[in-house]
Amino acid sequence: MATIEHGGSSFDVDEDGFLTKGMEEWNEHWVTYVKDIEGIGDMTDEHWKVVNALQDYYKKNGIAPMVRILSKTTGFPLKRIYELFPSGPGKGACKMAGLPKPTGCV
Amino acid sequence: MPKHETPLLDELEKGPWPSFVTDLKRQAETKPECWDILGQLELSFKDRITHWKHGGIVGVFGYGGGIVGRYSDSPKEFPGVAHFHTVRLNQPSSKFYGTKKLREICDLWEKYGSGMTNMHGSTGDLVLLGTTTPNLEPLFYDLTHDLNMDLGGSGSNLRTPACCLGKARCEWSCIDTQALCHHLTMHYQDEIHRPAFPYKFKFKMSGCPNDCVAAIARSDFAVIGTWRDDIRMDQDAVKGYINGDFPANGGSHAGRDWGKFNIKKEVLDLCPTNCMWMEGDELKIDNSECTRCMHCINVMPRALRPGADQGATICVGAKAPILDGAQFATMTIPFLKIDPETEFEAVIEVIEKIWDWWMEVGKNRERVGETIMRVGLPTFLKVMEVDIIPQHVREPRSNPYVFWQDEEVPGGFERDVIEFRKKHAQ
Ligand code: HEM
Ligand code: HEM
Ligand code: SF4
Ligand code: SF4
Repeated sequence: MATIEHGGSSFDVDEDGFLTKGMEEWNEHWVTYVKDIEGIGDMTDEHWKVVNALQDYYKKNGIAPMVRILSKTTGFPLKRIYELFPSGPGKGACKMAGLPKPTGCV
Repeated sequence: MPKHETPLLDELEKGPWPSFVTDLKRQAETKPECWDILGQLELSFKDRITHWKHGGIVGVFGYGGGIVGRYSDSPKEFPGVAHFHTVRLNQPSSKFYGTKKLREICDLWEKYGSGMTNMHGSTGDLVLLGTTTPNLEPLFYDLTHDLNMDLGGSGSNLRTPACCLGKARCEWSCIDTQALCHHLTMHYQDEIHRPAFPYKFKFKMSGCPNDCVAAIARSDFAVIGTWRDDIRMDQDAVKGYINGDFPANGGSHAGRDWGKFNIKKEVLDLCPTNCMWMEGDELKIDNSECTRCMHCINVMPRALRPGADQGATICVGAKAPILDGAQFATMTIPFLKIDPETEFEAVIEVIEKIWDWWMEVGKNRERVGETIMRVGLPTFLKVMEVDIIPQHVREPRSNPYVFWQDEEVPGGFERDVIEFRKKHAQ
C-alpha cells in the first residue's frame, strides 16, 4: 500500500494504483492523476461519460458493469473505449472512476 | 539478493526426473532474483500456504489482457519477487521453433525478466515468469518491433488458440490444424487483446478424434477432424501385421511381452460398434456402422488410414468445474468441411453465431457451456441454425417435462376456463 499526493489531495492506493478506499477518496485531482499515468490526453466529455456511467452503475449495483453494458449505456463501441482509455475499461476507466480493482481469472 | 536456506526444496534435486530446483539454482547464478523465488517457495513449503497476494492488474496500453500481475506478500524478505508479473507470448501453432527465435526470446527475457519461463502454459502460450511493472512497456516494444511477436490472451476474451501438430507430422490429420489455428488467431486479434465477452472463450483444434490437444475437454469451441467416407485399407499391410512383420500400435507396447499379435482379440473384438470382421485373411469394415473411434487405425497405422472425404466435428461448451460442474464439449455440428481456400469461412460463420448469441444472453462470468445448460440444448441448436438430429444426444431424455411452442399445439395456449367448465361443472 502507498499514499499518493496530487493537487493537494492524498490517496491510498494498492500496488496496481487502484484507490483502496474507492469512491470515498475519489475527486477530480484523482482523475487528473490517473489521466497522466494511463496515457490519456485531455479529459473530454466522452471520457466523463464513461467515468460517470461506471460510477452510476457501481453505486446502484455494487459491481462494475460488464463490458457490453458499458458499451450500451455510453453508446461507445469497445474500440472507442480503448481510444479514450488505452489500458481498456478495467485498468484504465475503472481505475479513474475509483471502482475496486477487477478480480478473477484476468 | 542473497541465497536462502532451502532444505525442503533441496530434497527435490534428488531422483531421476529433471529438477526444477536445480534449474532455478543454475539460473540464479546469473539472475539473483531467482534466489528469492526459491526462498519464497521454501517458505510456502514450510507454511503450506501461498505467499502471493490476491490478484493484480497490470498490462500494456492498447490491450486489456496478456499479462498476469502478481505481488509477493513478503516483499521485504524477498525483494526479487516483490513484483513478479507473468507475460503470455502467443506461441506458433503446434510449437515448432527455430533456435534463432528461441535465442531472441531468451535474450529479451534476460534483459527484462527473471530468466524463468513456462514452456508452455496449458492454453498454449509461451509464458515468461516474473518481471516488474516498469519493464512491461519496454519489453512489449522490443517483442513487437524486434521479434515480430505478440502477447497472448487473458481475461474475459478469446484466449490464445492452440492445435495438435496436425498435418505437419501426423498421417491421421483430417484437417490442417495449424493453418486453421493461425488463421483464427490472426482473424480474431481484437477479440484476443480486448476483453469484450461475458467470460473467457477458448478455441482448440485436433486433426482426428485422438484429440492430442484435448479440445473436447479444454476448449469452449473444439474443432476435431474426422472423415465421412470409408477407412482406407491396405490388405497386404493387414497380412503383414498378422504375420508379425509390423509391430502393433507402432511398437507402443514393446516394453512388455503381450504375445503374438492377434487381430481378433486386439482389433475386431475391441471395435466399439462390432463393425469389423475377417473374410479369410481379408479385413472387412461396415463403414456405415463405424463411429470413427480411431482404435483400429491406431493399432495398425500401416494398414488403415482415415477416409479421403475429410472435415471436422464441431463441439461446444467444455469447461472446468466452476461454477456448476465440469463439462466436456457437446457435439453441435457433426461434419463441417474445413476449407483453407475460403479462409475457413464456414468455421468463422459458426463461431460468430455462438458469439452473437452468447455476448447478448450470457450472464456475467458464465461460460458458454453453462449458458447452453441454462437455456437448454434445443434453444442453443436453434440459435446455431442446425437441424436437430439423433447424433445430438447420447440418449433421449427420460423425464417427461417437455416444452412445446404455442404454434406446435393445436389451438395454442390461450384457453378459456368458462368453455372448459361447460363440460366439466364444478
Ligand atoms: C382420478 C383422479 C386422479 C388421477 C387420474 C390422478 C393422476 C395422477 C397422475 C398420473 C399423477 C402423476 C404421477 C407421477 O408423476 O408419477 C398424479 C400425481 C399427483 N396427484 Fe393425482 N390423480 C388424481 C387425483 C388426485 C387428487 C384428488 C389429488 C389430491 C387431492 C391428487 C394429488 C396428486 C399429487 C399431489 C400428485 C403429485 C405426486 C408427486 O409428484 O409425487 N391427485 N396424479
Ligand atoms: C404453499 C403451498 C405449496 C407449495 C410451496 C407447493 C410447491 C410445489 C412444488 C415445488 C411442486 C413441484 C413442481 C415441479 O417439480 O415441477 C409442486 C407440485 C405439485 N403440487 Fe404443490 N405446492 C403447494 C401447495 C399445493 C396444494 C395445496 C396442492 C393441491 C391441493 C398442490 C398440488 C400439487 C401437485 C398436484 C403437484 C404436481 C404437479 C405436477 O407434477 O405437474 N400443491 N408443488
Ligand atoms: S490429434 Fe490426431 S491428427 Fe492430431 S496429432 Fe493427434 S493423432 Fe495426429
Ligand atoms: S474406427 Fe473404431 S468404430 Fe470404426 S471400425 Fe475402427 S475400431 Fe471400429
